[in-house]
Amino acid sequence: MHEHRTERARVSGLGSARSGTGHFWEQRISAIALAFLAPFFVYSFAHALGSDYATVRAIYSQPFNAIVALGFVLVACLHLVQGLAVIIEDYVHGRAGIVWLIAMRLLVGFVALTGAFAILKIAFSA
Amino acid sequence: MSDTKTVTRAGARPLSPHLQVYRMPLNAVLSILHRITGAAMSVSAALVVWWFLAAATSEGYFALVNGLLTSWPGDIVLSLSVLGLWFHFCNGIRHLVWDTGSHFGRKRVRQTGILAVLVTLVLTAITLFVI
Ligand code: HEM
Repeated sequence: MHEHRTERARVSGLGSARSGTGHFWEQRISAIALAFLAPFFVYSFAHALGSDYATVRAIYSQPFNAIVALGFVLVACLHLVQGLAVIIEDYVHGRAGIVWLIAMRLLVGFVALTGAFAILKIAFSA
Repeated sequence: MSDTKTVTRAGARPLSPHLQVYRMPLNAVLSILHRITGAAMSVSAALVVWWFLAAATSEGYFALVNGLLTSWPGDIVLSLSVLGLWFHFCNGIRHLVWDTGSHFGRKRVRQTGILAVLVTLVLTAITLFVI
């Protein structure tokens, strides 16, 4: 087999060990977004949790509360996928690690999708 | 080592060895806690989303899930989640500051670590008792 590319070109873009700095920066960006979203989300959620059904739906039909909740759930799940991937890569190696990574992504993806659907349904129907 | 030597030298260094031992572990403990809180919040996220799903489904289903989350075991889990979230939030901001290359000195790491713990406790108290 002939390799026409130089050694440098062959490894360019692959990142340092697995995906390297790309994922690192993506996780910082999700962390910065969460740092802004968390206080607003906690505020609305702490109010909503003690309330009855009608009040909860009224709170999350407010555009601001709904957008913050949707943003928080989606970005938290993105950040969670990134963070749990780092943890899994640290502790589980080889084939088992890949299985864990896939299972984790599917589960967190399911949580994100469910959360987004539920929040939007409340926002648009209440 | 003779006794006299030990006594004279003791005056020049910290009297309790615990303070010296404590210095490094504080940040080590915070570092481990960052990972534990991050991973543990997977459960919190699932619970919160379940609650939203219930509120989007029906009054009966909401009563069930809301009842579970506001029961005493639910209260404990969610209170710990709030504590975990605020700790991860404060310590995460420390990480973000470090990523800019700032506040990395030994003294600063310790100072911001203590600050993070104090702010965590204040934010948790505000969330649980004020809001
Ligand atoms: C509230 C705002 C948040 C901020 C400012 C924040 C910040 C950060 C930062 C900077 C890191 C990287 C730490 C490192 O380099 O070692 C990180 C890791 C992580 N975060 Fe967050 N985060 C937040 C919320 C969340 C939430 C809500 C979750 C879970 C649903 C979460 C789960 C994780 C996980 C699992 C990791 C990986 C931990 C590790 O590698 O040891 N974070 N976070």
